[in-house]
Amino acid sequence: MDVTPEITRDNIRNLVNNNQRADGRALDEYREINIETGVIPKAEGSALCKLGGTKVIVGIKPSVGEPFPDTPDVGVLMTNCELLPMADPSFEPGPPSLESIELARVVDRGIRESEMVNLNELCIEEGKHVWILFIDLHVIDNCGNLFDCASLAVNAALKSCKLPKASVVDDEIVYDEEETFDVPLNHNVALSTFVKIGDEMVLDPSLDEERVLSARLSVGITEEGSICSMQKGGDEPITKDDLFAAVKTALNKNDEILANLNFE
Amino acid sequence: MIFISEERKIRADGRAYNELRPIKIEAGVLERADGSAYVEVGGNKILACVYGPKESYMRRFLRPDTGVIKVRYNMAPFSVDTRKRPGPDRRSNEISKITADALCPALMLEGFPRSMVEVSIEVIAAEGGTRCAGVTAAAVALADAGIPMKDIPAGCAAGKMDDEVVLDLSEIEDKNGQADVPLVIMPRTGEITLLQADGNLTDEEFEEAIELAIEGCMQVSEVQKEALKTCYSQE
Amino acid sequence: MIYVENKDLVIPGEVLAEDDFYSGRGTFKEDGKICSSLMGLVSLRNKKISVIPLKSKYVPKKGDVVIGKINDVRFSMWGVDINSPYEGILPSSEVFGRDKKSLNKVFGVGDVLFLRVVDVDEVKKAKLGLKGRGMGKFKGGIIVEIAPTKVPRLIGKKGSMINMIKEKTGCKIVVGQNGLVWVRGDSDMEKITRDIIHVIEEQAHTSGLTDRIRDKLYLDIDGEIPEDLDYKDEEYVESPNFDFEDVEKSEKLEEENTKDSLPKEGFRRSKRSNNKRFNHNKKFHKKSRSNKYELEKPQLQNFKEELEQEELEAKKNEDKRNNDFISNLENIDQEKKTHQKHLEIGKKKTGFSILKDDDI
Repeated sequence: MDVTPEITRDNIRNLVNNNQRADGRALDEYREINIETGVIPKAEGSALCKLGGTKVIVGIKPSVGEPFPDTPDVGVLMTNCELLPMADPSFEPGPPSLESIELARVVDRGIRESEMVNLNELCIEEGKHVWILFIDLHVIDNCGNLFDCASLAVNAALKSCKLPKASVVDDEIVYDEEETFDVPLNHNVALSTFVKIGDEMVLDPSLDEERVLSARLSVGITEEGSICSMQKGGDEPITKDDLFAAVKTALNKNDEILANLNFE
Repeated sequence: MIFISEERKIRADGRAYNELRPIKIEAGVLERADGSAYVEVGGNKILACVYGPKESYMRRFLRPDTGVIKVRYNMAPFSVDTRKRPGPDRRSNEISKITADALCPALMLEGFPRSMVEVSIEVIAAEGGTRCAGVTAAAVALADAGIPMKDIPAGCAAGKMDDEVVLDLSEIEDKNGQADVPLVIMPRTGEITLLQADGNLTDEEFEEAIELAIEGCMQVSEVQKEALKTCYSQE
Repeated sequence: MIYVENKDLVIPGEVLAEDDFYSGRGTFKEDGKICSSLMGLVSLRNKKISVIPLKSKYVPKKGDVVIGKINDVRFSMWGVDINSPYEGILPSSEVFGRDKKSLNKVFGVGDVLFLRVVDVDEVKKAKLGLKGRGMGKFKGGIIVEIAPTKVPRLIGKKGSMINMIKEKTGCKIVVGQNGLVWVRGDSDMEKITRDIIHVIEEQAHTSGLTDRIRDKLYLDIDGEIPEDLDYKDEEYVESPNFDFEDVEKSEKLEEENTKDSLPKEGFRRSKRSNNKRFNHNKKFHKKSRSNKYELEKPQLQNFKEELEQEELEAKKNEDKRNNDFISNLENIDQEKKTHQKHLEIGKKKTGFSILKDDDI
């Protein structure tokens, strides 16, 4: 069993109480963000996002399929996440763990609810053929804050994703590999994750900080400043004040995070 | 002695019959893992990582006289043309097993009884020959993790394409080819630790394929050694 | 025939030498050839070739001092994570003899302790004890983790490196041979010390490290490197041998250092051995500075004697405690009886364990 030493707990709490962190960052400071796109030749869209030591690879594979009956004229997003055993000694092979499902769903919610992808344009023939984007998250190195790293990686992969022009000829799909188009995006979305340590909300937690957290809060905000998703985790409560303070910080930091997506 | 004609065809991707695809190896690429390596062979991109020797909850696999190795070979859903369903299938389970068998003879785990070395190979992009590249990557990751070893196994395949024996088949060559012979050797002694073959070969062709694959493994081995040494050389 | 030089970086399977050389730690002999089994640095001593690994897991050895973290409280023993593939156990008898007390009240899960490996059984499970100076539970401070193979470098010859850091930062530092380091001091100094320790870990295989660390310490703490700081610890720099015997010796010093009087033995040595270099190299005006590191000879003598004396007593105590432990187990704990039997079988028949059930 992996136990966090009591003195490490005390040390992190004391530091945070004095507005300090073990790695010298301010409480609302991100680690270095580095995004590379087009890393997987076989994926139509892909990105590797590094947030400090945390690394997430995202690959997007499109396919054409039937739309859901209740939404016959929009494309489909499927987000799936694997916490690979290589990323952390406590990640085990096997069916997706609760953590990986939560991660996939929180990232998915940020994209879906913000209407980041213009899904209407992914319809090829209403009721019959729409694009289905499989977004696969591969977590390869866990040094804390997988949420924000994964969210940025997915956003970057979507931005770089190119689909072939598809048309229906005699009820069959014909792809034009020569002519591709970008996945239509309305805007970018960033997720900001805080952990509560002592009385403070700390942005972009490191692994050690995650180990001693009492509560966790992720806030998804679009580039227009609209709050589009949220998730509270951890086994202790947060107060209304904590919540508002965190959202305020997240709003202030949003442009800074999204600036990392201005590649090309 | 095998006769090799002077004027052999240049392959579709511009390689000579005995030429490897461009290969790149980097050691120590991940933070958390005890040892890690990244390998690119042509369009293959493979990550390998090692945890251990460590305690394991899988008690029945442990041995009282030595440490054991466990390998998990996995392909990312986006590594191939048509999305692969996540999780292990029969193919990846088989490769996990033969990879463990290929690495095991090189390991010296007597000093770590009742412990387990966990190797995880992640194919993030596949373009033919992933099992050999996987072993190559895993071997570098094991050395990087400080696991005692007799040698660093290196892998490479030879095959037959258009009635000619060629080295290191690419994905297209493999699909259109007549045979594929993946091989892993321990370069110092030349002993073979992994061998598979599928397709049709005459005994002469088979011999030539083995010789060619060994030659390829030796070249791979040089790149492995360089990767490990540059990882720790002084800046 | 030898193919490598001292301190060369070698990789597993690399042929190091042939014929009349001896195969040391980290090497093996095959067909008359001595090969490396590890990724590490060559250490040549006379005709003996060893390879000192760059990374390796800690395997408990009797007599080692380690830093461990309580991760389980069981019937009359604690489970201790000692940063190793192998688990440590701290029997309650090591802490309060035959008395039965509530274990939870003494040490709880998450407590970090400085311990000694009292014994290691056939399958490397380590029995731990608290006998010795400075042993027990840490209060406050931070834990820094480094590769166990880098521990000798962190300590330096006769503690030169670690003493230099302690001196400059004013932190208390305790190094476990399992790669865990405890540091306590001013919060800023703790950070500086942690960073310095990580630099040493990263650069352990490079030469000139002691000098660079000294410069970094001055830079980080005073913001500048004093100009008159030119007596360089060259002697140490040129022989970064990861000598395991040295570690053990320095560990003993280390342990002693938890006493109030800290003899700065390391500095004295290095200065003296560098006299020659001094003369042609630099002015002597920093003699006053180095003076404060001087240690009176008699004091050192006393110190050594004290150490030996203590070791003797420790040994006696240990035997007694071991006996206590055995009788304790036999009398009280049915479960652990099996374990003890296990230990005894292990002692008689080497290299073979007949018990499959390793649950204790």
